[in-house]
Amino acid sequence: MTFDPMHLIPVAPELFLLTAACAILVIDLFLKDEQREATYILAQIALIGTASLALLVGGGERQVVFSGSVIRDGMTDLLKASICVIAFGAFLYAKEYLKDRNLFKGEFYTLGMFAVIGMLIMVSAGDFLTVYLGLELLSLSLYALVAFDRESGRGSEAAMKYFVLGAIASGMLLYGISMIYGATGSISFAGIAEAIANDAVNNTIMVFGTVFVVIGLAFKFGAVPFHMWAPDVYDGAPTAVTMIIASAPKIAAVAMAIRILGEGLGGINADWQGMLVILAVLSMALGNVVAIAQSNIKRMLAYSTISHVGFIFLGLLAGSQSGYASAMFYAITYALTALGAFGIIILLSRKGFEADRLDDFRGLNQRSPWFAAMMLLLMFSMAGVPPTVGFFAKLFVLEAAIRVDLTWLAIVAVFFSVIGAFYYLRIVKLMYFDKPADSAPLQAGMDTQIALSVNGLAMLALGIYPAGLMAWCVAAVA
Amino acid sequence: MSFEKFLFYAFSAVLIFAAVMVITRRNPVHSALYLVLAFFASAGVWLLAEAEFLAIVLVLVYVGAVMVLFLFVVMMLDVDQAAMRAGFIKMLPVGILIGLLIAGEIFMVVGPGTFGLDQVAAPERLPADAQNTAVLGSLLYTVYMYPFEVAAVLLLVAIIAAIGLTHRRRGDATKYIDVAKQVSVRKGEDRVKLVDVPSEEKMELK
Repeated sequence: MTFDPMHLIPVAPELFLLTAACAILVIDLFLKDEQREATYILAQIALIGTASLALLVGGGERQVVFSGSVIRDGMTDLLKASICVIAFGAFLYAKEYLKDRNLFKGEFYTLGMFAVIGMLIMVSAGDFLTVYLGLELLSLSLYALVAFDRESGRGSEAAMKYFVLGAIASGMLLYGISMIYGATGSISFAGIAEAIANDAVNNTIMVFGTVFVVIGLAFKFGAVPFHMWAPDVYDGAPTAVTMIIASAPKIAAVAMAIRILGEGLGGINADWQGMLVILAVLSMALGNVVAIAQSNIKRMLAYSTISHVGFIFLGLLAGSQSGYASAMFYAITYALTALGAFGIIILLSRKGFEADRLDDFRGLNQRSPWFAAMMLLLMFSMAGVPPTVGFFAKLFVLEAAIRVDLTWLAIVAVFFSVIGAFYYLRIVKLMYFDKPADSAPLQAGMDTQIALSVNGLAMLALGIYPAGLMAWCVAAVA
Repeated sequence: MSFEKFLFYAFSAVLIFAAVMVITRRNPVHSALYLVLAFFASAGVWLLAEAEFLAIVLVLVYVGAVMVLFLFVVMMLDVDQAAMRAGFIKMLPVGILIGLLIAGEIFMVVGPGTFGLDQVAAPERLPADAQNTAVLGSLLYTVYMYPFEVAAVLLLVAIIAAIGLTHRRRGDATKYIDVAKQVSVRKGEDRVKLVDVPSEEKMELK
């Protein structure tokens, strides 16, 4: 293999962010606590730079470099840019929260950036080895972030649970990969697809391996019955970290699923479709029903994530171009919605007070009509009420499912999303029709206020004009 | 049975025995030592598969470095045995059931029916001068260069995470000796402090 420097261009976003993260790691050492703001600003600049680089080197033909380890195509351009934007938002919302809790340290930003690098690697991985390493890079950074608040016993407990279950999931994934390698003799997605197309594989081994790979994926997504970690981790981690876990990694997971199941195992679509149907139905059912019983909003959003993962699977299991595009659309918009919802939770909390109970939302309209309206939009979007973007996201995945003759599944999905609407609308009711329990004014910097407003209004804007993003998603998988 | 086959089954039997002991021993130190045995046995299996370099690295890295560190940690930590065993018996039937189920499924798939010699031909013997270290090295730095670099980043994150989670800046509780300060003490004004104490009034006795 000869080395061509041009091969570095498709991985320019990863290289840039890695260099920036290492530089910031060193610069941070020389800063005094009161200068810590500089780390934050540098990290944000690095993320914006990465997003623009991803778009800059993007476009045009699909490129495969590094002996098939890296793929750059429409999907990587779109997803890399959206992951960076979501991470940018998360860093922005997190700043005040971290400062109030004495957690405003450089490690938060370096670990966060390394998590983003892991996601970028997953998005553009061309073989099982690279996707696995990217996933571990992401997971390892997240485990450390969950335990970031060392004073908090619940944080450490959550990190431990996340770590142990994550390690089991990685083991499952690796075992499945080894089986698929045994059957096809290849770890690159193109090689596996070719082996399946040539009919040179033992189907029993392939399906056996696929089961384990799907279990590994389901663990990372947090799909039922592999969801047990999600509520405890969401609840135990500092809200700023929960926000990161709940948003951008879902986009990376969708990319990973499309690469593995679509590009690699596309030939045995009929075999994994059934597995995803089970995961999707269970996730939507359990997520939506159990969320009703929660009084802690972080736990409620954890179950809500589980149910949304069911919807994402609905798009993936269709196994068609439109299915993948709709799953991608769903993941991006969901990440944006979750980001905003956690942003509002952070806005409500302040020094020594976590606004993590549903009751903390009582009478938000009287305290701040504008942010109550933003939360209203975010909750409507999660519930799937038109004209917010959540409605169209659900519509697209349902359409993809119906197109592959899974109408019964679409009906089940609609049924559970109607049940799910209850607990989103309950928050709206608490905000608008209840007396505030706490009349302290909301404290937030101008940047947080502007970002939250943009985030909330984006729900409406994308809902009124979903065609642009959807067209981008469709072009990305084509 | 050829001698090679005998060796394979012997190593495999030791490996399975050691693996079972790892998870059933009460004393974590014993578990760690059985894990060492398991590593040795799997190194033996790898040797039979002609992966000499990997077999040696497994012993050097895992037994020599990782497990030694592991043993240190296990001995340092005061693990509460009773708390760890709580719920063990209650969960045992479910665990055994699921374990047997998965083991049965694996055996059905990975058995001779699908991976037997008539299904997958045995690889040809390598010549005596085959260099699998050189092959590994050249593959690692050419074909698998990108994953190799990512693995390096992964290790960097592990370092940052470990330091970030355990490093505590000590406050005033610990008194450090600053040698530079000690040396630069000047004879007159730093060592001796003259205090002007006002003279006491003569006390009256009652």
